[in-house]
Formats: sequence, C-alpha cells, structure tokens
Amino acid sequence: MISETLQQDPIVASLAGLAVAAKFEFGELTVEIDPAQIVEALRRVKHDLQFERLTSVTGVDRYPAEPRYEVVYHLQAIAAKKRLRLKARVSGAKPEIDSVTGIYRGAEWYERETFDLFGITFLSHPNLIRIMMPEDWEGHPLRKDYPITGTRY
Amino acid sequence: MATDTLITTEQDVQQDFAAHGESRGHRTMVLNMGPQHPSTHGVLRLLLELDGETIVKAAPDIGYLHTGIEKEFEVKTYQQGVTLTDRIDYLAPLSNNLVYCLAAEKLLGLEIPELAQWTRVMLAEFTRLNSHLVWLATHAIDIGAMSVFLYCFREREEILRIFEMFSGQRMMTSYIRIGGLALPHPRGWQKRVKDFVDIFPSRIDEYEELLTGNRIWTGRTKGVGYISLEDMVELGVTGPMLRAAGMAIDVRKDAPYSSYEKFDFTVPTRTENDVFSRYLLRLEEMRQSHRIIKQALEGMPSGSHQADAPGIVLPEREKMKTQMEALIYHFKIVTEGFRVPEGEVYQAVESPRGEVGCYMVSDGTQKPYRVHWRGPSFGNLQSTSKLIEGTLIADVIAALGSMDFVLGDTDR
Repeated sequence: MISETLQQDPIVASLAGLAVAAKFEFGELTVEIDPAQIVEALRRVKHDLQFERLTSVTGVDRYPAEPRYEVVYHLQAIAAKKRLRLKARVSGAKPEIDSVTGIYRGAEWYERETFDLFGITFLSHPNLIRIMMPEDWEGHPLRKDYPITGTRY
Repeated sequence: MATDTLITTEQDVQQDFAAHGESRGHRTMVLNMGPQHPSTHGVLRLLLELDGETIVKAAPDIGYLHTGIEKEFEVKTYQQGVTLTDRIDYLAPLSNNLVYCLAAEKLLGLEIPELAQWTRVMLAEFTRLNSHLVWLATHAIDIGAMSVFLYCFREREEILRIFEMFSGQRMMTSYIRIGGLALPHPRGWQKRVKDFVDIFPSRIDEYEELLTGNRIWTGRTKGVGYISLEDMVELGVTGPMLRAAGMAIDVRKDAPYSSYEKFDFTVPTRTENDVFSRYLLRLEEMRQSHRIIKQALEGMPSGSHQADAPGIVLPEREKMKTQMEALIYHFKIVTEGFRVPEGEVYQAVESPRGEVGCYMVSDGTQKPYRVHWRGPSFGNLQSTSKLIEGTLIADVIAALGSMDFVLGDTDR
C-alpha cells in the first residue's frame, strides 16, 4: 500500500513497479520492494537516484509471522545528504534473495553477516560463508527461535 | 570469481597459490598473520600470499571478538541496553551511548534539554580525543616510535579522569542515558576541563614535533596505503579515511544531531590519501575537537540534565521520598522499564572512526525488537584487501594502523 502523497515522492516514483509498500515515519523513508526485483531496485537507486553508498544490509526476524524475514538495506546519497531504507520480505520456509554485490560491492560482508546470523541465503553471492560464528556452528543466532540462554560449547 | 570483488577470501588465496605458485618459480608463500591471543591489540587474522616481500593476495578474517551484542539488546530493556553500547567500541563509549540514546529518543519523541545536549557534545568530543590519542599512541608504536605512546597516554589519562569525574567510570561510562544524562554535572568540572583545554594545544604541538618532521616517520608513512576514493565509498569506508582522500563527509555537518549546528568548527580534509595524510588529518581533528570543547565549556547553558518525561526518566531522589507519584514511577521504571512506540529508525553519529549507525526496531514493548549496529570499523576493514595488495609486507602494519579499526566494533 502506497499512499497518494508518497506516490508523488520522486524516490518512490522512480521505484514504481518494484515497490509494494512505502511509509514515511520519524522523518525516514522506507520503501518495501518485491524481493524478486531487489537487484533492479538497487540498480535504479544507485544509478538514477545517486545513492552511491550502501550503509548496511541486515535482517529482521518477524517470527512467527509470514513472510518471516525482512532484509533491510540502508542507503545514503552523499551529495544530497539523504538517506533511504529499502526492505524486502522473504519467506521462512525458503529464505532466499538475490545478492546485490553486483551493484554495491561493499554489500559482500554485510550479506555474509546476515547469512551467518539469520540464515538468509543471498543467491549468486561470490563468497557466502559464515563471518562471525565459527564455520562449524549450528543455527543462526539472531533468529527469534534461537535460544538466548543455555550452554552450547 | 575473484575478478568482480574487491575483497579477497581465504579460498582466493589458496586457489591463487595453487594455480600460480609454480609459474612464479616457487617464490611465493602463504603466511598467516595473527592473532596470537584473544587479548592482543587488534584480534584480526590476515592470510597473506607473498612473493618475496610483496603481497600478492591478502584475505582478512574477522569474528574473533563476536559476543552477540545485537542479540543481547533484545533481552534487555531500553535503558539497560545503554551499558552494552559501551562495550561495542571500547575506545568510543560515549559516541556509542549517544547514537543508541538518540535512536531511542527519536522513537519516543523526547525533547532533550540544552544542557544535556551540550554536555553530550562536549563528552563526544572528549571521546574523539581519547580515541585519536590511543590510535596515535598504538599506531606510532606499531611503526616503531616508542616514546609517542607515553606522551599520548599522559593526556589520555587526564581525559579518563574527566570521564570518571562525570560518570564514575573511566571507560565504560554509560553516562548518556535515554532522556538525558545519568547524573548532573559534578562539582568543579569547569576547572578540570579548563585546565585540560588550556594545555592541550601545546600537547598536540608536542606530538607534531616528535613525528611530523621525523624522517623515519615520514619515510614509513608517506605514499603508503593508497586506496582510491571510489573503492572506499564502494566498500563502505567512512570517517577520516574518506576525509584524507578529499571528501568532506561528516555526520556532524551533514545531519547535525544534539545541537552540533550551534558549534563553530570545520571538517578538515586532505588530498594525499596516504598514511601520513591520515595522521595529519587526525591531528587536525583533535584541534577541531578542542575548539568544540572550548565552546561547550564557555557557553554551557543552564537547566536540567534530564528531559521532563515522567515514566521514562527516573524521578529525583528527593521527590521520590516525598511524593507518592514519583515513587510509583520509580518503581515502574526500575521493575519493568518503559514502553517505546512501535516503529523503526536509523540514527547515525560521527564516531572517531567514521559513521556509527544504530538501526532500532520497536514493537511497542519495553525491550527493543531488534538493534542493528552499523559499526564504522566493519565497513573500514572491508577495504583491507584493496588497501594492502601489491604493497610490501612492512607497510601492512602502517596501512592497517591508519585505518584505526577496533575489532570489538567490527565483530560486536
């Protein structure tokens, strides 16, 4: 759902066809993108809207809601001093989304971190292995159904 | 596969070694660099492929200090979370307190009194001095200039005493809280800060005297550690690294927070883009921080150190003993915390290392639903491969030191 006033917004307008929802809260713009279109959305954001810097990529686990995960991209336009948040929801049964390393090469470690801690697979990522946890670790700690206490040595 | 990425991986190093070792006349070797022990300075592992003294490939490996802080935020109330932020980047505790509190205050819609805002600015700048001093001390020691360490730690000690005076803690201050400050100003703080402000510029001159014209220092740092500005922006590098390459990017100017717009200071930039220019740039930043602290000291407004927000800010001790309502609020805040309206915010602050960001998601309860920490060191470290590949092994320490990363901030 995109309200009519937000549809006038130049950023939302240039993402037309890819955006499924948008909101402007606390002075920050969030646009939700169809997960199948995320690479195209980021390409437009970088090349058409001059958001040259990808600040971070992370996840939010909305367990037990479905689609369970949100992949969150924070972007910055340095000259225009603007910030933007893009979001894509992926299902809990098959948490997969295309990697954006082809657009922003700096996404590599951020996507690895999100893969490590949430278990979201970034398709066609050049090197999708754990970054924080040991290689043989089981489970993904930032998932909501991952235990907070207990010993796992 | 490695052609379209700027970050080399362990796998790349091994593959490159296996494929080209022979054609290079068996001159290459793979060397593992650090860490020796979890408490060493900089728990970073580097896998280097060397051709003589030249680095062919370099793969950084992080995660040794991962402590699950982002997960821990989710089981602490908002106010309790402040204590975790100190421990992320242990050289910039107050910058981290600040970004976390600003994010929560944005969600709560709190108005922070001027006195608290100015104190936050002053202490954030003291944090920058503290961090830059530790950086200079250890960077110089890494390169071989032993005595600079002692000079820098002399001033750092004074800053830690000022922190202790304000918060009771030298390093894990947790002085900035949601809604203002933990405590009112201590008695006699003006004199302490004034003494420091009076002497500090001459101390910066002292460091310069030791290093800037020093032929060994310039020989080790000039023209070393070049990385193009485009690659840095692409890889998520922020802070002094970008400014030493000529980009005047600074969150304090671009999106002023906590009344930074009321202070007169400049964002220094340089264009040489090497280790030496990053050193000069940080010295200039120290001078600018000194200017800000001086202005904060001279123009410190009067008023309350906490916002007028019953139910969020703990009531005064005296009121608690005499007023029923204050007692109830105190009980409620301590036992169950306060609820934060549903929503999500991203707040950025200029930490000594670059942009530190806090992405906070609230579901309307007393505990954050999710806190993501965008540490500046994580982004900066991504540029390691690009920064040191093709250079000499002796320059690795100088180049990495000029990045000024804190592994606690990288791994969280």
